[in-house]
Amino acid sequence: MYSRAYKWIVSAPPLLWVTIFLLIPYMLMLVHSFWQVRDGVIAHDWNLQNYAKLFQNPVYLEVLFRTMRIAAGVTLLSLLLGYPLAYYMSFHAGVRKDLLYQLVIVPLWVSYLVRGYAWKTILGSEGVLNGFLQYIHVTREPVSFFLYSPFAVVLMLTHIYTPFVFLPLYASLEHIPRNIIEASHDLGAGSRATFFRVILPLSLPGLLAGATFAFLLTLGDFLAPLLVGGPSSIMIANIVQSLFGTAYDWPLGAAISVSILLLTISLLFFTERLEKRWSFR
Amino acid sequence: MTPPGHSAEQAIAGAVAESALLEVRDVSKSFGTREVLKHISLEIGAGEFLTLLGESGSGKTTLLRLIAGFEQPSSGELWMSGERLDTLPPYKRRVNTVFQSYALFPHLTVQENVAYGLEVSSVAKSEIPGRVNEALQMVKMREFAASRPAKLSGGQQQRVALARALINHPKLLLLDEPLSALDANLRKQMQGELKSLQREIGITFLFVTHDQDEAMALSDRIALLKDGGLEQVASPREIYARPATSYTAEFIGQTNLLRANIKDGVATCGSLQWPSTQPAGAALFSLRPESIHLSADVPPPSGAVRFRAVVRQQIFSGSSEHLELDLAGHSLRARISARGPLTDEHEFWFSAADAVPVRE
Amino acid sequence: MSRSTKNANRSPLLAAYALLVFAFLYLPIVVLIVYSFNRDGVGGFPPKHLTLRWYQLLFSDAAIWDSVLNSLLVAVATVVFSLLFGLLAALALDRATFPGKSVFRRLVLLPLILPGIITGISLLMFAVFAGFHLSLITVFLGMGTALISVATTELFAGLQKLDRAQEEASLDLGATPWQTFWRVTLPNLRLSLIAAGLLIFTLSMDEIAVTFFLIGRDNTLPLEIWARLRRGITPEINAISTLIFAVSVILILIWYRIRTRSTGKEAQELLERP
Repeated sequence: MYSRAYKWIVSAPPLLWVTIFLLIPYMLMLVHSFWQVRDGVIAHDWNLQNYAKLFQNPVYLEVLFRTMRIAAGVTLLSLLLGYPLAYYMSFHAGVRKDLLYQLVIVPLWVSYLVRGYAWKTILGSEGVLNGFLQYIHVTREPVSFFLYSPFAVVLMLTHIYTPFVFLPLYASLEHIPRNIIEASHDLGAGSRATFFRVILPLSLPGLLAGATFAFLLTLGDFLAPLLVGGPSSIMIANIVQSLFGTAYDWPLGAAISVSILLLTISLLFFTERLEKRWSFR
Repeated sequence: MTPPGHSAEQAIAGAVAESALLEVRDVSKSFGTREVLKHISLEIGAGEFLTLLGESGSGKTTLLRLIAGFEQPSSGELWMSGERLDTLPPYKRRVNTVFQSYALFPHLTVQENVAYGLEVSSVAKSEIPGRVNEALQMVKMREFAASRPAKLSGGQQQRVALARALINHPKLLLLDEPLSALDANLRKQMQGELKSLQREIGITFLFVTHDQDEAMALSDRIALLKDGGLEQVASPREIYARPATSYTAEFIGQTNLLRANIKDGVATCGSLQWPSTQPAGAALFSLRPESIHLSADVPPPSGAVRFRAVVRQQIFSGSSEHLELDLAGHSLRARISARGPLTDEHEFWFSAADAVPVRE
Repeated sequence: MSRSTKNANRSPLLAAYALLVFAFLYLPIVVLIVYSFNRDGVGGFPPKHLTLRWYQLLFSDAAIWDSVLNSLLVAVATVVFSLLFGLLAALALDRATFPGKSVFRRLVLLPLILPGIITGISLLMFAVFAGFHLSLITVFLGMGTALISVATTELFAGLQKLDRAQEEASLDLGATPWQTFWRVTLPNLRLSLIAAGLLIFTLSMDEIAVTFFLIGRDNTLPLEIWARLRRGITPEINAISTLIFAVSVILILIWYRIRTRSTGKEAQELLERP
């Protein structure tokens, strides 16, 4: 039904753009990762030094593991908050379902910066939370670990990503035909058995999608540590950022980025395979 | 033509009352202000194949769902084997359902689907594979045990749904228009299989359909629902030969409704007259098209009601001719054996006994 | 006596948990808004003296409004660009087959899931390589590239819902493919386009990660706020944040009104079909 000309017209511009502004930049990044910085200038000596540095220098590894721990923590917490919410809305909320859905979407649309800033003002030593705790006489002095700690980073990013985790999960749950639930009851399974045998397995694709999203985006986040994290919460992306900033070493930064890119792609590949297995269409 | 074995009818009714498995006691159901079921009382006997027949909106599916436990009656009670049923949640009832859309679990294989009811109950794990095998054998789906529902055709999914329900040995099996998604040939085949299956295992079937041919072919008794009320409950033969109301007469099979006036033991409808024992006054009669015969082909016996009519339309359908007769402005439908084209006016007749009195 | 079985499933524990989650999602924002009116600064409890002083300060803050203007310029350009290329990409994915199509698909969608920093630095290297000076234009290029994926996803979904028979009918009645595109395809995509546009606008106004590496001398709003944060926090930032929140809510209400109007119209058409 569509002529070759039509197909060319629609495919060519985005293909071209993607090639110029995605493929080539990624290639450039890859190329840079094999170069070095010498005397403040990028020298085109091809070697694997940067990658060696990555794996040998304990600092980088420690930061990477911390980043992954934080990412795992955010993902887990977001699921703990998001799943029961999605379940409640899909199965128990009745007519208020739509309104509640809108209410979950609203924080999504509010600026990342605004929400991060809100936590910054709440968690500080002179922040709202400490003020509140002192006001109701639970504590007498400000608690310091609320802010400028990995705790704060996890808290802030959980706040950001819970709606992201919620969305595909909710869609997945809504997709489950209600008569399947009835069939499960009909065959003798109560609410708990039905949840573990029917609802949970069928919600796995949505769960996987949301969890992947939260994990990968947290992995590459550099703003949260700068806002609420402090020096003890430096994540891998902060290292990249400073390498492209004051600690001028683009090749090393590129090497780390390529590693993150590879990690992302392999994780995506893995979850895509899982999702195919789990989406029983 | 009097249906034979009038006493057989009474025998069935008696047997049902004695061994009533399910009692629907004055059940009504409303959704908001909409009354879907109005004071339904019905008894289903053990081992019976009862069909709930009706148009969409008649309440038949709602009644089924009430019995399954997915809805609660607004008033009235459900009893099974002498115990209260409607206060139990669906997973505690000895009732299983075959859903209209089959509702197979997409993430489980055929085997796992069928085993489901046993897995969630206290049946010994070692027993399960054997029973699953048996159930699959019964519906001839053993070779698909490891397949996923998505790979099966409609007819195959339906068999799996059947096995999944029956394996739990329910006291009552509910079937919600299970054959409506199948094409005509497959449907006929499945009807036969369902009927013989039910006879074989003896479980009580409560079958819902809007297709009256299906109902007549399968049921021991038919319960006809109209706008939330029970119109008539009787065996297929009884309901066909002696419809209680004009709705029943027109819904099941085809009929001619004759408005007559009774006076001195004679019913008069236009130029037609026949003896009737109905009380004097206005009355409504149902006369089936196949009860009208062409005098030229079938000589009228003595006492037959004879009349002349013009053949307005004739439709050939293989073994019969469907005629539309014009009798002094009134229209009558007749069905006679195939015999070639008819022209103009002919003499027809019917027996007075075939004019069945019906309520409005 | 008679309750629907659904009521029997009602779980007060679950409802309470859901309420807690909503509180978690909203409390920080509520606190933020409340303290934008607090005379004594950001922090402490409870806020005692309410004032509009910070908003007055905000309105006379030229640098902020310059950055708002910059952000708007970039956002509008990004919306136009992303919708255009996103539409083409969606059409290509929906209708064309060519070698490397699955690679193309993954590439287009990659910026969605990839942390912004990678998109940012790779484009930075490209900009240097190509000799671009960093400015709002490089910001626009970066954002556009990243946000094509959002447009593509949304428009692709819209295309899938499109009844192919409508286009076939149009061709059957004598319209050329171009006419069919304008008269049938595009009107059917109207709602997807608007929804995608609103989403891209919002994301663009808020974008930091990519912008961070591609910014020149002129700041966008998020980066202006970010720069201020380095100097210390004042309720003025609360004030601008509150305004951003208010605008976001208005936008999402519009988006939702459009969405429900579309499903409402679909439902109505379904009912009117004989």
